[in-house]
Amino acid sequence: MSTVSRPFVARDSGRVPFTWRKLLRWESLLALVVLADFLLNTRLSPYFLDPWTLSDASFNFTERAIVALPMAFLIIMGEIDISVGSTMALASVLMGMVAAAGFGTPIVVVTGIVVGFFAGCFNAVLVTVFRVPSIVATIGTLSLFRGIAYALVGDRVLKAYHPNFAYFGQGYVVGPISFELVLFLVLAVIFAIILHTTVIGRRIFAIGANPIAARLSGLRVDSYKFWIFALLGTMAGLASVLLTSRLGSTRPSIATGWELEIITMVILGGISIDGGQGSILGVVLAALLIGLVTFGLSLLNVPGIVLAIITGGLLIGVVALSAALGYSGKRRRH
Amino acid sequence: MPKPSFTLKKLPHEAGLGLLTLLLLAAVTIAFPSFIHIGNLKSLFDDTALLIMFAIGEMFVLLTRGVDLSVAANAALTGMVVALFNAAHPGLGIVPVLVISIAMGAALGLFNGLLAWKFRVPSIVATLGTLSVYRGLVYVASGGAWVNSGQMSPLFLSFVRAPVLGISVLSWIAIIVAVLAFLFLRYTVSGRNLYAAGNNPNAAGYAGIDVGRMQCLAFILSGAIAGLAGYLWVARFAVAYTDVASGFELQVIAACVIGGVSITGGVGGVVGVVIGALFLGIIKNALPVVGISPFFQMAVSGLVITIAVILNAGTYRKSHGRRILERAEAGP
Repeated sequence: MSTVSRPFVARDSGRVPFTWRKLLRWESLLALVVLADFLLNTRLSPYFLDPWTLSDASFNFTERAIVALPMAFLIIMGEIDISVGSTMALASVLMGMVAAAGFGTPIVVVTGIVVGFFAGCFNAVLVTVFRVPSIVATIGTLSLFRGIAYALVGDRVLKAYHPNFAYFGQGYVVGPISFELVLFLVLAVIFAIILHTTVIGRRIFAIGANPIAARLSGLRVDSYKFWIFALLGTMAGLASVLLTSRLGSTRPSIATGWELEIITMVILGGISIDGGQGSILGVVLAALLIGLVTFGLSLLNVPGIVLAIITGGLLIGVVALSAALGYSGKRRRH
Repeated sequence: MPKPSFTLKKLPHEAGLGLLTLLLLAAVTIAFPSFIHIGNLKSLFDDTALLIMFAIGEMFVLLTRGVDLSVAANAALTGMVVALFNAAHPGLGIVPVLVISIAMGAALGLFNGLLAWKFRVPSIVATLGTLSVYRGLVYVASGGAWVNSGQMSPLFLSFVRAPVLGISVLSWIAIIVAVLAFLFLRYTVSGRNLYAAGNNPNAAGYAGIDVGRMQCLAFILSGAIAGLAGYLWVARFAVAYTDVASGFELQVIAACVIGGVSITGGVGGVVGVVIGALFLGIIKNALPVVGISPFFQMAVSGLVITIAVILNAGTYRKSHGRRILERAEAGP
């Protein structure tokens, strides 16, 4: 996976020209940190290097990372979606209801993915048809989707899943290599190829760098945005299938706060919040890093809520640092 | 100075919203006459007072084109700190509690503001981060424990409930905050500058208004109000724990959006926000009366926000396609 060197787009004066070397440095830095954390975990726990332990560690981040890939596309395009956690909850609840109605696993899986797709389309319509800024639209749908999930289930738990449904979140392809990890790696390669080697990817960068210029150059900006929102929703549906399968049950509170961790992965991966720059390799490394840090801290019995401080701090720190180093341009209108 | 057309446009929105709120109240009352009972209306206002305060704070930030997602986490952290302080020093009375809650809330708001102003972190990212940092710090501060009513001094608890001229201190504080915010926005230079900074940052920059600084001020105000509301929340429900007001920031933003505050900055006012909050408050209080499960609360507010942003989409369209200009923001 090579990084892409984009022609420099003059967005405003006083902005440091973007060079691929800088990006490469960012990713090398990430890789170093990942390696350091890996070694640290090895020191912390004698069991860490065991293949099965590493396999357990991978469950920590794969579901979020699968959503982070299309989220990276969206943020590169200069939009954002904070409703993904709620989309997952809605997809999970409807899967639970379909399973409770006695349908088999294939129908349940399709339900989850289709619900995610429609949720993504709903956001897309708000943004591209009604022209609502994406942050506002997805704040609304964040409570709408999760609200529907609560309205449908209340405080009940749905767990009428067929035993073979467990494979998606708990199954292994070969030895200790889980289905989730394989799926994530395959998707990461596909997303990287799309973003860095195809016309679609170039256009996504172009739209993010300057949406007006992209539109005037004849790119169908709105249709791109629509399909990326729909893709993100679909992937959130897929992640919901994995998560629901791993937990074996559904509550409306499932995946609460995941949007923060997913966006953190993307930003930590060197995707500029202003849009127009970044790489999938960075996102994959960031996902790996967050997974390792989370797992390492859970080895030390650090509670999840304290991990949230670290996630939030990482998010702020990385954006502030990249702004200070002149990575990103001017503040986006949010 | 706003354009005259903007003033003309603003009035119908608030009048229309007020009418809609009254219709909603009337509809519930026709079905359940006891809903309009004076005692019930008092408790409805008491219930909505906190939302009104939060929403006014949020409005300041929205006016400057920012968004503050950390208000509820700020309130939880501040509420926990004053509860712990009160548990440790029950004899010190209510004044230090009020001072600490406002000062600490303002400090947490200042942190957001500095991130947005000095570090140029987009406010959505900054406050998404501080939301989880502040929420995590509540856990750290209390060690995961709850502070229960038994550990709080009687004065700490009774202060918010004390009736003054027929309504509680809590309601009065919300009214005072609303009146002060109204006067601040209408009659002070800083208040007008907030509108200018959000309405047209470039023009504001040329007029000598430091846009980043105004956004920072908005965050401080939002934080200070959130901190005060944090104490009131903890005292009203007589408990402080990690998940106080969890997810409440969405209702706060909903109240603002319904109240006609534009997320693209520079449009909105206190009157609309108060009515918007009351609108949500009536829905919230009417649901159990009408016999709808409280689990529908979130779906209803989500639906109302979504409809409101679609209805307000016209105001966004104006600024759509000006992004090249917006990006070249006038710096300090």
